[in-house]
Amino acid sequence: MLHINNLNVHYGGIHALRGINIDIPENKIITLIGANGAGKSTTLRSIMGITKPSQGSIQYHGEELTKYKTKDIVEKGIVLVPEGRRVFSNLTVEENLLLGAYCRSDKEGIKKDMEWVYELFPRLKERLWQKAGTMSGGEQQMLAVGRGLMTKPKLLMMDEPSLGLAPLLVKEIFNIVREIHRQGMTILLIEQNAKASLEVADYGYVLETGTIVLEGPGQELLKNDEVKNAYLGEAK
Amino acid sequence: MTFQVFLQHLTNGMSLGSLYALIAIGYTMVYGILRLINFAHGDIFMIATYVAFYAVVLLGMQLWWIAFPIAIIFTYLFGRLVEKAAYRPLRNSPRISVLISAIGVSFLIENLAIVVFGGRPKAFPIPPMFNKVFNISGVSIVSINFFIPVITVALLIGLVYFINKTKTGMAMRAVSKDYEASRLMAIDVDKIISLTFGIGSVLAAVGGIMWGLKFPKLEPLMGLMPGLKCFIAAVVGGIGDIRGAVLGGFILGLGEIMLVALLPELTGYRDAFAFVLLIVILLIKPTGLMGQKLSEKV
Ligand SMILES: Nc1ncnc2c1ncn2[C@@H]1O[C@H](COP(=O)(O)OP(=O)(O)OP(=O)(O)O)[C@@H](O)[C@H]1O
Ligand SMILES: [Mg+2]
Repeated sequence: MLHINNLNVHYGGIHALRGINIDIPENKIITLIGANGAGKSTTLRSIMGITKPSQGSIQYHGEELTKYKTKDIVEKGIVLVPEGRRVFSNLTVEENLLLGAYCRSDKEGIKKDMEWVYELFPRLKERLWQKAGTMSGGEQQMLAVGRGLMTKPKLLMMDEPSLGLAPLLVKEIFNIVREIHRQGMTILLIEQNAKASLEVADYGYVLETGTIVLEGPGQELLKNDEVKNAYLGEAK
Repeated sequence: MTFQVFLQHLTNGMSLGSLYALIAIGYTMVYGILRLINFAHGDIFMIATYVAFYAVVLLGMQLWWIAFPIAIIFTYLFGRLVEKAAYRPLRNSPRISVLISAIGVSFLIENLAIVVFGGRPKAFPIPPMFNKVFNISGVSIVSINFFIPVITVALLIGLVYFINKTKTGMAMRAVSKDYEASRLMAIDVDKIISLTFGIGSVLAAVGGIMWGLKFPKLEPLMGLMPGLKCFIAAVVGGIGDIRGAVLGGFILGLGEIMLVALLPELTGYRDAFAFVLLIVILLIKPTGLMGQKLSEKV
C-alpha cells in the first residue's frame, strides 16, 4: 500500500532520516519504535508532506506522494493523528470531529462515521458541546483519534497516542487500535511504549538516529535481545 | 444639556462607533489568524472610499446602489491581493520581516494613491437619501446616522453567523489556532487566510463608504487616523476577539463624541482621547477588555 524507499530528510544541517525503507501492506498494523529524536515523527511528517524529504520516494498505491501537498494527501486517504494531540482547543468536540470531515461532502457518510466514532469513544458523545481545550489529556487523545477517523482514512497513522496517559487509558487506546484494525484499516503506529505496540503490530521497525537498525514481525522483535535491552527495559 | 441634545450626541456617537467597529474587526480578524497587525488596513479603507467615489462619478448619482457594491467587490479583491503580494511570500519568515512588509505596503498604497488620485481633497458625492434630516420630537437625525448602525448590526450578525455556523467559518477558527493541524484536516490554510483578508476588507469598504457619506472629504491619507484609532479600538477590546473589536469601536466612537459634547473646551483633544484610552487600558488590562490571557501561538 505504502512504500518508503531510501528516505532522507535534512533539517538544515541535521540529517534526521538517513535512507530508511519501510513497507506498509494493506490491512496490517505496522509499528515504528525508537528513542527520542530517532526520527519517528519526521517519518510521519514526510509521508504527510509537511516535511519535504531531501532524497528518496514515498509511494502510495504506486503513486509518488512527495510531490503532493498535505491537503491532497489527506484526500487520498492518509491521515496523521499528530504528536501531542493538537486538537483545536477553541472549538467544541463536535466541531473538531466535523473538521475531520472537512474534505468530505457525503452528508450521509459523515453522519454514519460520527455515530461510529461515538461508538468507539462513548465519552466523546457525552461532551459534544464542551470546548476541546477544557478536556482531559486522555479525552483529547480520543478526540484526536476520532477527528482523524472522520477523514475516512485508508491508512491511519498515530504518533505516540499513549503519551502521558494513565495505564488504563493506554490499554483503552490499544484496544481501539485493534478494533479499528479489525474493521479493515491499515495502521502505522509510532510508540515509545514498545511493548504494547509490538504486541499489537504485525510487523515492526526499530529506528535509531535516522537509521532502521532492526525489523521483523512484532512477536519476534519482542523476543529480540537488543530490543529487550533498549526498549523494553528488561535485563538480559 | 437637554435630553434632546444628549440623544443627538448619542446617535452621532453610535454611528461613529459603528464605523470604528467595522474597521476594527478587520484588524482583529487578521491578527487572529496571522498574529500580524495589518498596517495597510487603513489604506484599504481609503481605497474603498476612492473607488466608490469614482464609481459614482462614472455611473451617475442615481446609480449609487450599483457603484457602492462595485467598490466593495473591488476592495475585497484588493485586500486579497495585498495579502498575496505582501504577506503570503513571507509565511515562514521571521515576524519582523512580515511587519516591515506590512509597513512597506501601507506606504506604497498611500503614495500610489497620491499619484493616481491626486493629493487635493475630493468631495464624496452623497445620494439624497443619505442626507435627509429627520426630526423626531426635537431630535434631528441625519439619515446616514440612522443607516450606519443598522447596516453595521446587520453585517455583524452575518459575520457572527458565518464564523460560528458555517464550515468555512469553523475552518477559519481552526486555522487561527493551529496551521499544521488544520492542514492535516485537508484545510487549505492559504485560502482561509486570504478569505479572512477579503472579509476584513469588505467590512473596511462598507465602513469607508459610510465614512464618506458622513464625512464627505476624501484624501489619500484619510485612512491614517481612522486606521490608527480602529487599531486602538481592537487593542482596547482585546485583539483577536471580534466582540472586543466591536466593544472597543463603540467605546471609542461614543467616548470621542461625548467628550466633545460634555467638555467642549477639550474639543482640540478629540483625537487624543483614543490614545489616552489605550494607555489606560494597557495599564490596567494589557490584554484588552475581552482579551484572554496571552497565549503563544503553537
Ligand atoms: N523542525 C525541525 N527543525 C530542526 N530539527 C528538527 C525539526 N524537527 C525535528 N528535528 C530534529 O530531527 C530529529 C528527529 O526528530 P523527530 O521529531 O522525528 O524525533 P522522534 O523520533 O519523533 O522523537 P520523539 O520520540 O521525541 O517524538 C531530532 O534530532 C530533532 O531535533
Ligand atoms: Mg516524535
